[in-house]
Amino acid sequence: MKKQAIFAISGLAVLAGCATYVAPTKEESIQTVKSSFKERGPAKLDRLNQTEIQAVCSDAQMTGKEVPKAQREALEKKILASIKYPADGKFLGDYKQGERIAQSGVGLQWSDNEKTVNGGNCYACHQLTEAEVSFGNIGPSLKGYGKLRGYNEATLKYTWGKIWNTHAYNLCSQMPRYGDAGILSEAQIKDVMALLLDPNSPVNK
Amino acid sequence: MSRQTWATTVAGMILSVASVSVHAQGSAAEGIARYREMLQDGNPAELTVARGEELWRTKRGPKNVSLEQCDLGLGAGVVKGAYAQMPRYFADADQVMDFESRAVWCMVNLQGMDRAAITKSPYSGAGQKQTDIEALAAYAVEMSRGMPVNIPQSHPKEKASFDRGRQAFYMRGGPYDFSCATCHGVNNQRIRLQDLPNISGNKQDADRAFTTWPAYRVSQGALRTMQWRLYDCFRQQRWPELVFLSPTSIDLITFLGVNANGAKMDAPAIKR
Repeated sequence: MKKQAIFAISGLAVLAGCATYVAPTKEESIQTVKSSFKERGPAKLDRLNQTEIQAVCSDAQMTGKEVPKAQREALEKKILASIKYPADGKFLGDYKQGERIAQSGVGLQWSDNEKTVNGGNCYACHQLTEAEVSFGNIGPSLKGYGKLRGYNEATLKYTWGKIWNTHAYNLCSQMPRYGDAGILSEAQIKDVMALLLDPNSPVNK
Repeated sequence: MSRQTWATTVAGMILSVASVSVHAQGSAAEGIARYREMLQDGNPAELTVARGEELWRTKRGPKNVSLEQCDLGLGAGVVKGAYAQMPRYFADADQVMDFESRAVWCMVNLQGMDRAAITKSPYSGAGQKQTDIEALAAYAVEMSRGMPVNIPQSHPKEKASFDRGRQAFYMRGGPYDFSCATCHGVNNQRIRLQDLPNISGNKQDADRAFTTWPAYRVSQGALRTMQWRLYDCFRQQRWPELVFLSPTSIDLITFLGVNANGAKMDAPAIKR
């Protein structure tokens, strides 16, 4: 009798085993992703090793749960402290060069080469000058940026930081880290800064 | 007016509308939609579909057999409606396969072709003729036109493919920190003037994203497959190269397909 009962229970367990689906873990899924790419040109496989922020923000978007306030603030503070401001203290370069950088969408793709000068791809997501109507809307409009915010030290510093590493101000922002990730050089960031904050820039006309 | 002259005229109209002012963006989008609609009447993909059908029926490879005994999931030789139900689990290969993976599997296992050789250059280059895989995909998807997407989720490996696909969709990485969801997770977003479907949160967008590939790309003068679509997205995402038929390529197609279940297939479509 007892033996039969045990037999019945183990039989059920086997049935349940067949019917139970065990989802792949996050680690397994990420491992599968890593096995599915190959390096090409400048795009090496180490690009798939996620930074802490990339991992935290992927989870937040997938689950729809915001990063807890304390964790978010601690990370933003750490990032803010890591921003490198221009060594010579000059924030603004040439806005005409800045416009070229904002228009250019090349760089860092496997179809580019080591000699490609990276663009900023700003118009992909932002409105900037009145004249350019082919702009995206993933980021906010930056038309009249300097005129609206004022050409003061605080705005200069904030904007530099935002371009250098956007996550200092908005942890899971979708904007690339232009300075921190080495997408643009310091001189290029100065030019983009001028596009936004030079009173003579078409952005502020 | 010939099709080509006509297309050039409409394209010119769109450009002139786009350059008027910012307020013209809405009408530019409408213009592009109209342009697509009108081109649909004479989609150059028809030529590729015809070549795909011929390839399917022709005896080829070391074993000199056609693909007519290839099982796309609905039984050997059944092409009608099969594309709308892939990716799916195939017991003979013990894995989930999208159409392109399955076509290659049949070319290798039925026709005796060399896998490395046929997967070396799966996408046609500028000015080249469409590859065999592109032609076969065009034919197969045409044979599912108007049929509801019905990607199965009953086998554990089909469920696992979806779950991994979802994880991959949200995975941020690379020097731009982008995931698929960066551009395809919010309604009404654009890159420049290009509308981006919200694949994870908007059923209509998800439907359109899956049901309109493969597509004839006017700007490239070529038919492009779903594998190509993902491969070129990751290029712009600044990731390394997505390997043709890799697990993640199949997982993402499963994720896209399941999100589009119930929608009607409408490919090969025609796109900008």
